[in-house]
Parts: sequence; structure tokens; C-alpha cells
Amino acid sequence: MDMKAFWDQNKIWLSIVLGVLVLVAIGYSRDVANDTNITVAVLSASLRASTPLVLGALCGILCERSGIVNIGIEGQILVAAFVSFVSYSRFGDSLGAESVMALPLALLMGLLSGAAMGWLLAFMSVTLKLDQIIGGTVINILALGITGYYYQQGLLVPSKLQAIEIPLLSQIPVLGPVFFNNGVLTYLTLILIVSMHFVLYRTVWGLRTRAVGEHPRAADTVGINVYYVRYVNVIAGGVLAGLAGSYLVLEAVGTFERGMSSGRGFVALAVMLFGKRTPFGAWGAALLFGFASALQTQLQFFGTIDIPHQFIGMLPYVLTILVLAGFVGRTRDPKALAQPYSKE
Amino acid sequence: MAQLRQFWRGVSVPITAVIISLLIGAGLLYISGASPWEAYSALMDGAFGDAKGVQRTLEKATPLIFSGLAVAFAFKAGLFNIGAQGQLVFGALAAAVVGTSFASLPTVVHIPLTLLAGVVAGGLYGAIPGALRTYTGAHEVITTIMLNYIALNITDYLANGPLKDPTSLAVARTPKILETAALNPIMIGEYSLPLGFFLSVVVAALIWWLLWKTTLGFEIRTVGQNPDAARYAGIKVSRIIILTMLISGALAGFGGSVETQGVVGRFQPGFNSGLGFDGITIALLAKTNPFGVIPAALLVGAMRAGASKMQFQADVATEIIDMIQAIILFFVAAEVIIRFILRQNDTDNQILDVEPTKTADLAEKNSSGD
Repeated sequence: MDMKAFWDQNKIWLSIVLGVLVLVAIGYSRDVANDTNITVAVLSASLRASTPLVLGALCGILCERSGIVNIGIEGQILVAAFVSFVSYSRFGDSLGAESVMALPLALLMGLLSGAAMGWLLAFMSVTLKLDQIIGGTVINILALGITGYYYQQGLLVPSKLQAIEIPLLSQIPVLGPVFFNNGVLTYLTLILIVSMHFVLYRTVWGLRTRAVGEHPRAADTVGINVYYVRYVNVIAGGVLAGLAGSYLVLEAVGTFERGMSSGRGFVALAVMLFGKRTPFGAWGAALLFGFASALQTQLQFFGTIDIPHQFIGMLPYVLTILVLAGFVGRTRDPKALAQPYSKE
Repeated sequence: MAQLRQFWRGVSVPITAVIISLLIGAGLLYISGASPWEAYSALMDGAFGDAKGVQRTLEKATPLIFSGLAVAFAFKAGLFNIGAQGQLVFGALAAAVVGTSFASLPTVVHIPLTLLAGVVAGGLYGAIPGALRTYTGAHEVITTIMLNYIALNITDYLANGPLKDPTSLAVARTPKILETAALNPIMIGEYSLPLGFFLSVVVAALIWWLLWKTTLGFEIRTVGQNPDAARYAGIKVSRIIILTMLISGALAGFGGSVETQGVVGRFQPGFNSGLGFDGITIALLAKTNPFGVIPAALLVGAMRAGASKMQFQADVATEIIDMIQAIILFFVAAEVIIRFILRQNDTDNQILDVEPTKTADLAEKNSSGD
């Protein structure tokens, strides 16, 4: 491939990657000099922060590729986080703290609640043909209500998912401890990114999904059930958002706090757009956003620069606006996005 | 008679939606072991039981009228302003700053000046997503939400740092505003009625007038119904979008001023949270009618005002109000369900008479000139 064309097409990405690499190199050289481990800490924190974002973005990809705007990802994440937390606490009580089944069951409940929220969005936007932005808003406000009303202080969960070190691979300097010493859900997310790419571009289902998002009438004419494809994708998206919520509670934080999704569902939409609605693109974007939020918790990465934490805390949100404003590349929407489909 | 029927058609859906939602809320209360009757009567008692309750209800409803108007106004141009929260917070902060400065200014100047500060701050903050939408095509739904988080961070920083009241050591908040900037309640008999409430009613009337009696209002509504037709008719759509978001933000900022001057007396982070989001429910419940916003806000305000009494007497978490509000929102949005229940035909299930817009769509139109 022509080098210049490649540069022109990807200059934003390449500059960002280069910039991050330079930052990491500076940090790492300082680590070596001072015998500290800050670089690995920052990169691990980036990966941890990127996991719910990429899951939310994958949810957005499934929905939008089939023509449904989902701004309810935030609420879906929140509900699933809450349901996993409560069920983990209940199962932990009833099965005993040392039971190995409590965690998987809690995860299952989280995924099911995500599916239920996905179904609600599909019901509103496909069956009732509501304005999809309003449908998503209903989900977000409902999520705040449900999680607020049923939240009880003092619920405890046994423990969170522990990191599993993968032998040999985790010995690679810097990258090893970052990528190969994580919890199960992080590994699952990495697998999901790859399989999502495969499903979207290499299977009949993926082709149908994209067809329904681009030209539902044509898809209908060749016998594709538009409603069915949209329902399945939006519900599957809900499951992915549910996984993001379960990840927050079961692997990242280990407890539930009110409003703990704190805008991740919306940032995920920016991640999706930044990644041009492709799974791998979304992963790269999520890592970048994750890096931005990791800097907040790992301030010492900068050395001793005195920046108020509020300013670093809003970095992901500012980045989201910049992405949406197209300062970092524009993407084409699926043609039938946000338009309800009616059979004639 | 025909007019009456039309009026009923207009209000039947919101009223039925509220009734159904309260019934579902009662069911939820029953399931979680509380007595719905006891809870709801405590709620009513807290909201209207005595003079204090009425004052509380009006006080809670006032910022909601402003945020409801903000969301409803933007809807008219087909814009969904979820950022009323951030605009309101900036308005509240700006009012706190102006309200503490200019000592020895007469009240008749200081009060309007402080109100204006909130209006300007909210308006400018609202204009940002408007400009982003026209010039870059970034959808206002996500940019306004992001701007809410940014506003939260910036105001938190300011109230913790440069603007912090030096006398309150542990609490991050701005100093108390001067007496000359305070909106004190009017006393009528034993009832003390918040002045801000009357202001909000006047503003609602003004917005109605602006929307239905002026050229600008016509242009805004045309852009909302059909941007292409508006462009064809020579309306500068980009100007209208920015202006609408500016006014919408100004309304939310107005609400922030009134909160600071009439209720809180200063700016304190977290004190105004949720007001902007409630505006969405209120605007949709009012079917984006400026006058409809008033009863809708009174309903939500009454629920908010009575919630603490309900928690105290019936031991019900105040968050049940959020649940009921979400269910109301669902049923108002899903008008088709209510029309089915009421056996009303002619199901125009679009709550907004506007076209769904897409990010790329808009960007293309803008680049092709207008």
C-alpha cells in the first residue's frame, strides 16, 4: 500500500498512537531510572477503564448497524450492575461465601437484566415505533429510578473476580502484566471483540444486520424479517451492555454505588463513532479513552504537575465532544438509522 | 363543545399516563411491603397538608418549570436538550457570584442583575451544543450530556477553590448572597409564596407568546417540523438552531438563578442535581406546551415536596418518585398504548411532530449550504 495514502487515511490514529507511545516511553524510562512501576499501572488502569467502554460500544454497534439508535446504554449498564450486585449478595448469602456458583449466577442475572432492558428498547423502537432518542431516555431515567429505589445500604458481596495470570505471556515486559494478568471478564471482552468482527463481516447474520440498517425495505423484499433482526440485535446489545455493568461490579469495583455507570454509556457512543462502528476501531478508541481516564487515577504518571483533579476527571467527556464534533474524523451513519420500519 | 373535546384529547393522554403510573407505583409499593394508601396520603400531606407544605411544593416546582420550559422550547425546534442540568448549574453559580458582589447596590437593580447573570451563563452554555450541532453535526443529545458532566466538574472545582466561602471550612460552597439580591417570599395570610414561582409563570406566558405570536417562534416551529421546508422558505436553519439552544439554556439558567436567590441562598455543588433531568419528564408530560409545563411541574414538585414526609411516615424510599416519573415518561412517550386504553382512534404516536434526525444527515445538509 502506498505509504502516503495510508498516512492520509489514518493520520489522526497514527498521530495518537505515536503520541501515546512517546508518553509511555518517557514514563517507562523514568520507571527504569527510579525503579518504579507506574507505566504498567497506568496501562493496566487504561485497559480496566476501556473494558466497559468497548462493551458499551459493541452494544451500540449491534444496535446502530441494524438501524436502531441506543442512547439507553447508560441505563442498561446501570441496571445490570445493580442486578449483578444484588444477586451476588443474595446468592452469596444463600449458597455460602465459599460457593463457586454465586459469581457465575450473579453474572447470569446481570446479563439477563441487560437482555430485558434491550428488549424494552426494541419493544419501544421496533414495535411501538417511538422516537428512539426518547425511548433511550426512558431507559436511562427508569434505570435511575429502579436502582435508586431498590438499593439498600449495607449489602455485602463475598469478593470480586480475581485476576488470572496467563503463564509465559505474562512475562513479556510491560505488555505482559498489562494484557495477560486480568479477570475472566476482561479476557471474555477481548474474545468478544474478535468474534463480533467475525459475526458482522463473515456471517449471514452480520450481512443481514447491516442490510437491515442500510435498506430495510430491500432486506424485507428478499425475505429478511426486519423486525426479528432488529429485536435480536438490540437484545444482544443489551446483553453486552449488561456484561459491562456486571464487569463494573463483579470484576472492577467489587461493590455497587448509585449512578456508578457515571456517563460510560454515553462515552461508549463516542467510542463507537470514533471507531467508525467497527469492533476493532471501537477497541482502539476505548483504549484511548481508557488511557484518558486512567491518567485521572494515576496522576503520578505526570510526575508532580499540579492539575485540579476535576479537570483531569472531565477529560473523557471533553474527548467525547471532540469526537462527536468530527475533529477526529467523521463516519457515515447507516442509512436507515433512527427510522422506524413499517411493513406495507 | 368541539373546543372542549379538543382540550380533552390534549390532556387525556398525560392524565391517564399519570394515573396508570401512580397505580403501578402503588403496586410496586405493595410488593415491597409498604401500604400504598399510607404512602400516598403521607405524600399528599407533605405536599399540600399545611402552609409549609404548599410553600415547599411551589419551591420545588419553580426550577422544574424553568427546566421543563427549557426542554419543551428546544423540542419545538426538534432539538432534545438533555443539558438543562448543566445550564441550570452554571446559572446558579453565576447568580451566586453576582449575588455576592456589588454591595450597596439597590435591591431593584441587584435582583434583576443577578437573575440576568444566571440567564446569560445558562444561555451561553446552552449555545455551545447548538453551535456544535450546526457547524459540526454533533448530536445535541450526547454533547449536552457530556456538557452536564463537564459543568459538574467545573462548578465543583470553582466552589472548592477560587469561589469557596472562606468561612465554611469543611463544606465546599460559595458565600451567602447579599440581602439585596435575595428573592424573598411574599406573605399572603399564613402562606409564604416563593416569588420565583410567579416569575416562572410569567416566563411561561412569555415563551408561549414567543412561540406562537412572533416570527421567530414561527421559524423555530417550522425548523422543528421540517428543516428542509424551512430552508427552502429562506429560514436560516443554523441561526435558528443556535438561537433556540441559547434561549433554552437561558431558561434553565434562569431556573438556576431563582434557586440560588430564592431557595439555597448560595451555590453548593450537588444541591441542584436532578432538576434538569426532571425537565425532560415535565416537558413531555406537558406535550411541550409552555402552559402545560406549569401543572406538570407542580405535579412533580408536589411529589418531591411530599417525598420526605412519605419516607418518614410510611418508611418508603424517596426514590419511588424517580420510578413513578420514569413510568410516567414511558406512558407519555408510548402514547399509542394510552390511546388504545382510552379507545381513541387516530393514533399519531409521534409525541414530537418532528422528523427523526441523524448526525450525518445534518452535517451533509449544512455542508451543502444554507
